[in-house]
Amino acid sequence: MGTPIVEAKGLTRSFGKVQALAGLDLVAESGQVVAVLGPNGAGKTTFVRSVSTLVRPDGGELRVAGIDALRRPEQVRRVIGLAGQYAAVEPAMTGRENVTMVARLYGQTRRQARANTAVVLDQLGLTDAADRPVSTYSGGMRRRLDLGASLVGAPKLLLLDEPTTGLDPRSRNELWDAIRSMVAAGTDVLLTTQYLDEADQLAQRVVIVDKGRVIADGTPGELKSRAGRDVVEIRVHRPEDLSVVAGSLGRIGVEAPRVDAGTHRVTIPVAGGRAVIAEAIRALDALGVEVDDIGLRRPTLDEVFLTLTGSPIDGEAETVQSINSDQSDTSDADQPAAQAA
Amino acid sequence: MTVVTFDSGRITPAARPARAFTAATTVAARSVRKFVRTPQLLVISTITGAMFLLIFRYVFGGAIETGPVAYVTFMVPGYIVTSVLFTGSNASSSVAQDLEEGFTDRLRSLPVSRTAVLAGRVVAESALLALGLAATLAIGFAVGFRPEGTAVEAIAAFALVPVFGFAFMWMFVFVGLVAGNVQAAQGMSLLIFPLSFVSSAMVPVDSMPGWMQPIAENQPITVMVNAVRSLALGDPAMAGLSGTTAHYVTLSLLWAAGLVAVFAPLAVARFRKV
Repeated sequence: MGTPIVEAKGLTRSFGKVQALAGLDLVAESGQVVAVLGPNGAGKTTFVRSVSTLVRPDGGELRVAGIDALRRPEQVRRVIGLAGQYAAVEPAMTGRENVTMVARLYGQTRRQARANTAVVLDQLGLTDAADRPVSTYSGGMRRRLDLGASLVGAPKLLLLDEPTTGLDPRSRNELWDAIRSMVAAGTDVLLTTQYLDEADQLAQRVVIVDKGRVIADGTPGELKSRAGRDVVEIRVHRPEDLSVVAGSLGRIGVEAPRVDAGTHRVTIPVAGGRAVIAEAIRALDALGVEVDDIGLRRPTLDEVFLTLTGSPIDGEAETVQSINSDQSDTSDADQPAAQAA
Repeated sequence: MTVVTFDSGRITPAARPARAFTAATTVAARSVRKFVRTPQLLVISTITGAMFLLIFRYVFGGAIETGPVAYVTFMVPGYIVTSVLFTGSNASSSVAQDLEEGFTDRLRSLPVSRTAVLAGRVVAESALLALGLAATLAIGFAVGFRPEGTAVEAIAAFALVPVFGFAFMWMFVFVGLVAGNVQAAQGMSLLIFPLSFVSSAMVPVDSMPGWMQPIAENQPITVMVNAVRSLALGDPAMAGLSGTTAHYVTLSLLWAAGLVAVFAPLAVARFRKV
């Protein structure tokens, strides 16, 4: 392989007392989508902002496409495209005007800018809406336009900070398609996400970040098998059976069972495979519990994250207690850090 | 939309980064388009501008003693100068909004001179400010304002105002960058009230309490108002001023230069860092 597209060594950065990056190491090879996954406040936004030269790390080394990002940030800006957490487009201008403006700022001549804008709009399916003011666009269209603006400079590295946050499932799928096709065409992508399925869907490589450090790194499959034991998952018909099932089936597992009251599910990490499921079925039969579904499956990234950090990713893998506790508390507490970042 | 395919091979990349001038005009064009296509901005600022002018002209005016000149003629030059603050402070909010909405991040991630980007913004906002001032001035004429000096003096008077606007614009852009969000920017812009009212803009300074007069007399808005008013009335004495017109004009331009000298580097430094 050639020069890594991103090479970070011991990256640190603090905002006041909050340490957003605490010695982050990451090498991303060219030719793949790398997803940086982590909860709010984990440092992933600060990391992307460092790579896009918006934040200057306090210490460590950072190279982007071989360029020293701390010494030569202006050269890094020539090879990156950034699409942030918000659609950074001017609503009073048309889609075409927005993309052309960015193309001009990349240094393209009027003519190049016009031609490249047409290409980008066409490829992102925005040609029909190109001459309408962006204020008339849907949220998904704005994000696609924002993506287009970050692509019009033909960057080597596209940085996407939580690209689909707040999008409906259909727009999210469309954006995923666009991202996949970009990689197929040779643009490297580094994206951050809090959505495990997004990392799973898009990335060949997932880097899990927590408290400003990389805590795990690998293909989605590797991460699952590294942290993960297979789990037996049982969905009971009546929620009042949850504790009974968890209590008496705990013995078949190798770790404590987890209960999700919201979806009536008990998941039990197991070592045995098929034999265990037969045992589980016999036990459930003996208890006389009505079961809607039972199965043996590989762990999700949720569970991987839980195993690695001891705490679930933001509300995605809530247990009984945290459903009752104040969820907004967690997200609010993370807000200042995210803003500062 | 069905299938999206992206082929970066069809894009011709730039040969070199954008020149500073191109960057500045590109960013300026965005401010102008936004202004022109958001009629409510124009309408609301013109209406509020007219409203206060009419209130001073018809409500407070009768109670304010301005010596040999009619109050409307005394007040309009002052009012135009304070409009620089009221209209200009909108720029703080709009800069803060760009920060909040990620637009600034986009600009800062691009290979362009950050000074040029900011200068483009300031120049565009100042030009738009000048347009608003022209509208306010027209209303002033409609309700009885008449310059009493020569035509050249009158033109010079109102040519000074956009210069002050440009100078203050650096301050407003800096405030917007520091505020970081629209609400904070709006809160900070309330600080312009004392600057506009504790001045010679609407009332003669000698009508204020003794302890306040030195403050009112020496702050930049008063100096700028005195320059514009001396030119508009053709004679500083008509406005109860003892110095010469040249004195007030020079002093006001020095203030303008000082504002730029302080706030332009601050704004650029802040913009590079935010």
